[in-house]
Formats: sequence, C-alpha cells, structure tokens
Amino acid sequence: MSQIEEVSLDKFKHLVSERALTGETMLLNMGPQHPSTHGVLRLLLELDGEIIVNCIPDVGYLHTGIEKNMEAKTYQKAEVMTDRLDYMNTIGNNLAYVMAVEKLVDLDVPVRAQGLRVILTELQRIASHLVWLGTSGLDLAAMSMFLYCFREREQILDIFELVSGQRMMTTYFRPGGVWRDVPVEFEKAVRDFIKIFPKRVDEYESLLTKNPLFLDRMLGIGKLSKEVALSYGVTGPTLRASGVDWDLRKVRPYIGYEQYDFNVPVLTEGDTYARYLVRVQELRESMKIVEQALNKLPLGPVRSENRKFVPPPRSEIGVSMESLIHHFKLWTEGFPAPKASIYNAVESPRGELGLLLEGDGGPKPLRVHLRTPSFDNLAVLSQIVKGHLVADLVAILSSIDIVLGDIDR
Amino acid sequence: MDKKLEPIVKAIQDKFGAAYEEFRDEVHLFVNAEQIVDALTLLRDEQNFELLSALTAVDYYPQETPRFHVVYQLTSLAKNLSVQIRVPVNGSSPKVPTATRVYSAANWRERELLDMFGIEFDGHPDPRRILSPEDMEGHPLRKDFPLGYEEPQFTFNFDEIDLRKPYAKE
Repeated sequence: MSQIEEVSLDKFKHLVSERALTGETMLLNMGPQHPSTHGVLRLLLELDGEIIVNCIPDVGYLHTGIEKNMEAKTYQKAEVMTDRLDYMNTIGNNLAYVMAVEKLVDLDVPVRAQGLRVILTELQRIASHLVWLGTSGLDLAAMSMFLYCFREREQILDIFELVSGQRMMTTYFRPGGVWRDVPVEFEKAVRDFIKIFPKRVDEYESLLTKNPLFLDRMLGIGKLSKEVALSYGVTGPTLRASGVDWDLRKVRPYIGYEQYDFNVPVLTEGDTYARYLVRVQELRESMKIVEQALNKLPLGPVRSENRKFVPPPRSEIGVSMESLIHHFKLWTEGFPAPKASIYNAVESPRGELGLLLEGDGGPKPLRVHLRTPSFDNLAVLSQIVKGHLVADLVAILSSIDIVLGDIDR
Repeated sequence: MDKKLEPIVKAIQDKFGAAYEEFRDEVHLFVNAEQIVDALTLLRDEQNFELLSALTAVDYYPQETPRFHVVYQLTSLAKNLSVQIRVPVNGSSPKVPTATRVYSAANWRERELLDMFGIEFDGHPDPRRILSPEDMEGHPLRKDFPLGYEEPQFTFNFDEIDLRKPYAKE
C-alpha cells in the first residue's frame, strides 16, 4: 500500500541554491497542469522575486512504456506504437521506424514510395511547425495566430485523411514502401495547398516578425550558446538557431533528399527570436521540397516486391498458393530479422529522431530505443532560463518546441 | 566502414584494446567500464565527436555475464561520422562511471537508465528516477520485468480484486 508522503526539500537539496533552504528564495510549482507547459510537464522553480534562480524540470507524467511494448510486438505491429510517440510528428516517427527496419533486414523501397514519403514527411513538418507557431503565439497572447495556423494545419490533416483514412495516427508508411497508392485526388489537394500556403506564411510574418510587442518578448531572451547546445545534445531548429549548420536531410540524405533544392536556415544569435525565425523559414523550405517532390513523383509500384517481408496484394492471394502462404506467415508469425543492431536517425521537426533497433534472430525486436529530440532539448532548459523572469520562461519553453509524448515515451 | 573512420577506430583499439564489430557500415567498439570516460574524452577532444546522440542500454537476460550493454552513440558534426561505443556490464549490481563531465546530455540519459534498467552511474550529480514515480519498485525495461496485465474484474469478484490493486484507498 502506498502512503502519502509529505514533499520535503531533501530530495532537491543538491539542485537548489542555499538561499532556498533558509527561505530567502521561494520554490514554486509550475505545472503539471499549467496551460503554457505544452502538456503535462512540471517545472519546479526557485524564485527570487520574479527572477528564476533555478529551474528543475520534472518529466514522466506521460510515460507509457512504448519501448517495452514495442519489444513485445512483431516488427509490423510495433509500428503503430511510434505514432503515439510524438503526436505532432506521427508520419515522421513512422518514417524513422520503417527506415530502421528496412536497414536491419536490408529491404528495398520503390522510387514512388520514396517520393510519397518525402511529400508527406514535409507536410507533417509544416503541420508540426504550425502547431508550434500557433501555440507559442498563444503563450505570448497573440490569440489570432492560433486560429490561422490551425486553419492551414487542418488542410494538411485532410490530405493525411485522404491517403490513409486517419488524420493523425496514420501508420501509412510500412516497411518496404507505403500502405497503398495515393488516391487520384491527392495531387490536386497538395497543389491547392502549395498555391495558398506561401501567402499564408507572409500573413503570419506580417502579424509577428516585426511586431514590437512580440520583439520585446523574444529578442535576447533565453540565449543558448553553441557549446552548451552541443554538450546537452540539442538538435534540430533549436541547434540551428545557435549557429550550427546541422540538418540530417542535408548532411546524410535519406529517402532521396539529395535530389531536392532547399536551404537549411541557420542563425547565430541563439535567442528565442532566432529560433522563431529559423522555424518560420523552415516552413517555406519544406514547401519548396513538397513542390519539387510532387513534380518529380514517378509512377510505379509503392511496395517492395520482396515477399519475405512485404505482404502480397489481395489480388494475388486468390490465385497463388505461395502468396497465401506468405500472407499467412507474415501476419501470424512476422518476419525474422538478423541478430544485429542498427542505429538510424532522421530529422524530425524537433531534431534528431534516432532509433536503435536490435534484432535477436526472431520476429520481435530485442530492443527498441527511441532517441527523441525533445528529451535532450528540454534538458537544456534549466541552463537557459536562469536570470530571466517567469513570464520569459513561457516564451523560452515554447521556443524550444517540446512535445511531452516525445519526452516520456 | 567509412575510410575516414579507420584511423579513429585504430586509435581507440590501440589505446583501449577495444573489440570491434561492424554491421551495415555501422561500427561498434567495445570498451571496459573503467575506461569509458577516457575513451569518450579522447573521442570528444581529439576526434571532434561533439554530440552524444544517444545513450541507452540493451538487456541480454538470461545471459548474466555480461547482462547489459550500455550504448553510447556518438556523432561528429565536423567530420560527419558516427561511432557506437558499447560497455558490457554484468547482471549483479551493474555500475558504470558517469559521463556527465564529458557530455552534459548524459545527465538525463543516465537517470533514465538508472530508472529503466537499474544501472548505476558512479559520481552522477543527480541520481534520481526520471520517468517513473519515485516509489516504484523494479526496473521496467529489464527483460525479467513483466509486461503488466490487469486482472479482469467482474461483478462477482470486483471487491476481491479491488483490494489487491495498488492504488490509494480511502
């Protein structure tokens, strides 16, 4: 039987300053249900008046044991768990997972499937950045941003619904390709979006980028230096705003990113405003990739022909005994993967999303570890908020763009 | 293996006598627990591995010696290279020196390993659980930790099972 314990300072003694022990500074809980914490995150703040002396993040409220659950499922079935990980980047998580499985079992992916993966992943990146833009506007009392951003995000979710039947938890990418080919309406839906979106980004920028109230809250707040960022393992736009030119799509191209012409926005200031600018520019760059990928999209199969890993199409099962056996084997037993370990990383909207996948020769993974970018990005928070006001903490927290499902797994 | 990685692997092998494994162009080096801090420092300072991309562990239960591998995935931004360092750890009271002084990112990652695998890190500045509640018993990602099933409650045995459930009672 668990007993209710009184919270004592002893557990945090080594994390707060000595002044907290004498009662000179105040300890304050922000969260786990504060509206600007972007999820169930608790921040224990040590305050001197309104100035933050120390900040102790407390995570784990959304821990669901995804890694453990994936180890108990076959390679095909474990994929649905990755959707639930970072719920703003479901397609990107699927991509990281299927690429890891493909690398482990050495499976080919048709060119059309690669093109579709690029289009959808970049649309997902835009949707994720839109949620970030909307909510961080909301945190700084720019209410209308939220409404505009969600209007465009809705259009992207409609495209996802069109291709997969689901708005968020799509599981559309599968090892060896995608679930099925896109419907004919897909191209028009994406073209419509390409047509309106650049103008909409201009609109967002006209509302925020030079807004004096917005600049007051962002400029020079929460400076993150290059050295600290690297030491803490910070990746993604947060790292690029601190002057490090590191984007996995550019330096280690996967699924054919090398064919597309796009820039990686890098700024050196490292403050909240730089992180805002990097993400807004990324919206435009992602749009460029989507347009190029759609123009280049070839016709052809969308799933690998390797029947040992990819189930045969329905039409074949009725006429071929071998296909029936493959179908049966794949959905009851699954496919075996070698007794080896691989690490595969992709660029998620938040940074390096890595997957350590270790097989044991059987149809279930021995170990799945998800290296989630928000986890490391949040760890640096306690370093960059010191000396700022509580109100600035809200701006800083929203500028590093964390997703709690990504942290707690 | 990448040509640029060969001298780095050789340097580690010469200095620490590290065993070496390769799979699909990924390099794994095996280093003893006592040498891990030196190996990481060497890689960071002399070979530009600035980023500790991942720090995790793998449980090979029921094998006991070594039961765990602690995995350090390192990335070099300057050279665009990756290397994986593995530390084999035995099953009885697993202990590894902390890497927090080399990479600050190790702080939370090591807390996660303490929480999930029960691997202790010597000299860690803040050895608390990170994801699960403080009063939890056991280490969930160990292979001998059950996945967890709930007993189904029916009308006839509702109260009986309710008594055994581990949540707070009135």
